[in-house]
Amino acid sequence: MRYVTAFVRFWWNFVVGDDWRVAAGLAAAFAATWLLAHHGVAAWWLLPLAAALLLVASVAREARGSD
Amino acid sequence: MTSSVLLFLGTFLASAVEAVEALTVVLAVGIVRGWRSTLAGVAAAVVVLAAIVAALGPALQHIPISTLRFVVGALLLAFGLQWLRKAVLRAGGFKPLHDESEAFASEREQAGAAASAKGGRTDWYSFTVAFKSVLLEGLEVAFIVLGFGSAQGKLGLAAAAAAAAVAVVVAVGFVVRGPLARVPENTLKFVVGVLLTSFGIFWGGEGAGVAWPGSDLAILALVGFFALVSVALVRELRRRRTAIDPAPARA
Repeated sequence: MRYVTAFVRFWWNFVVGDDWRVAAGLAAAFAATWLLAHHGVAAWWLLPLAAALLLVASVAREARGSD
Repeated sequence: MTSSVLLFLGTFLASAVEAVEALTVVLAVGIVRGWRSTLAGVAAAVVVLAAIVAALGPALQHIPISTLRFVVGALLLAFGLQWLRKAVLRAGGFKPLHDESEAFASEREQAGAAASAKGGRTDWYSFTVAFKSVLLEGLEVAFIVLGFGSAQGKLGLAAAAAAAAVAVVVAVGFVVRGPLARVPENTLKFVVGVLLTSFGIFWGGEGAGVAWPGSDLAILALVGFFALVSVALVRELRRRRTAIDPAPARA
């Protein structure tokens, strides 16, 4: 059981890291991009915009927390 | 061509950063407790990592390219944003910089305090610490090699970039015989974060059905965009840090 927990924790840290909201936001952005692209909408701008906003929001949260 | 150069650069720099961190631990343990068991631990970890890449690399070739790019892109993006976020916070003075000299001193102290092996036997402390350090840092390298290599169908190029980076770091470490404290680790992480994020968006987007304007050249635009966003964030953080604490933030 200890090894399973350690394995799950390792992958969680690896993929999600310190801010789960970034990972959740990226999942939503990917889903929206997939939906738009499959309805014929040019959605190339969505992922870069979402990633940049998520980065700014996450950095701002961390900076506020350590003020 | 552009994407191959960036792929090589991204994998090389990411591997170099991880190799520097692993080298610090291996050197500290080897110098304090001896090299035989330490190098055995390193070799064991390298064998495990090579087996992972050798097993997963060909297996990934059987997955449809759009599915592979979607999954790999999403993972690279999540991973890349973590690197970028930490690099921005460190450069902005809101997180301490990783200090290899300090890590080396701390590791030496712990290695000296641990019980020593009886004459001629395997020193399991050295073996385990070296194995764990190389394996954990190496897993990140393996992930980047597999991600970059499989999504672009250039596993050999990505593996060669990682091998070259490890060879350079080990050679310099052998000459210096100490931690590579002068390597601008945070700057490298910053660059790698930008590259991982850009490639993650490009491949993830393609996998999701996006048609990129300019095709492969869109990667360069993404790299430029995220470099600008990150530099602007660092400048803003430094301005805030200076407003809070008049002592200047370190680069």
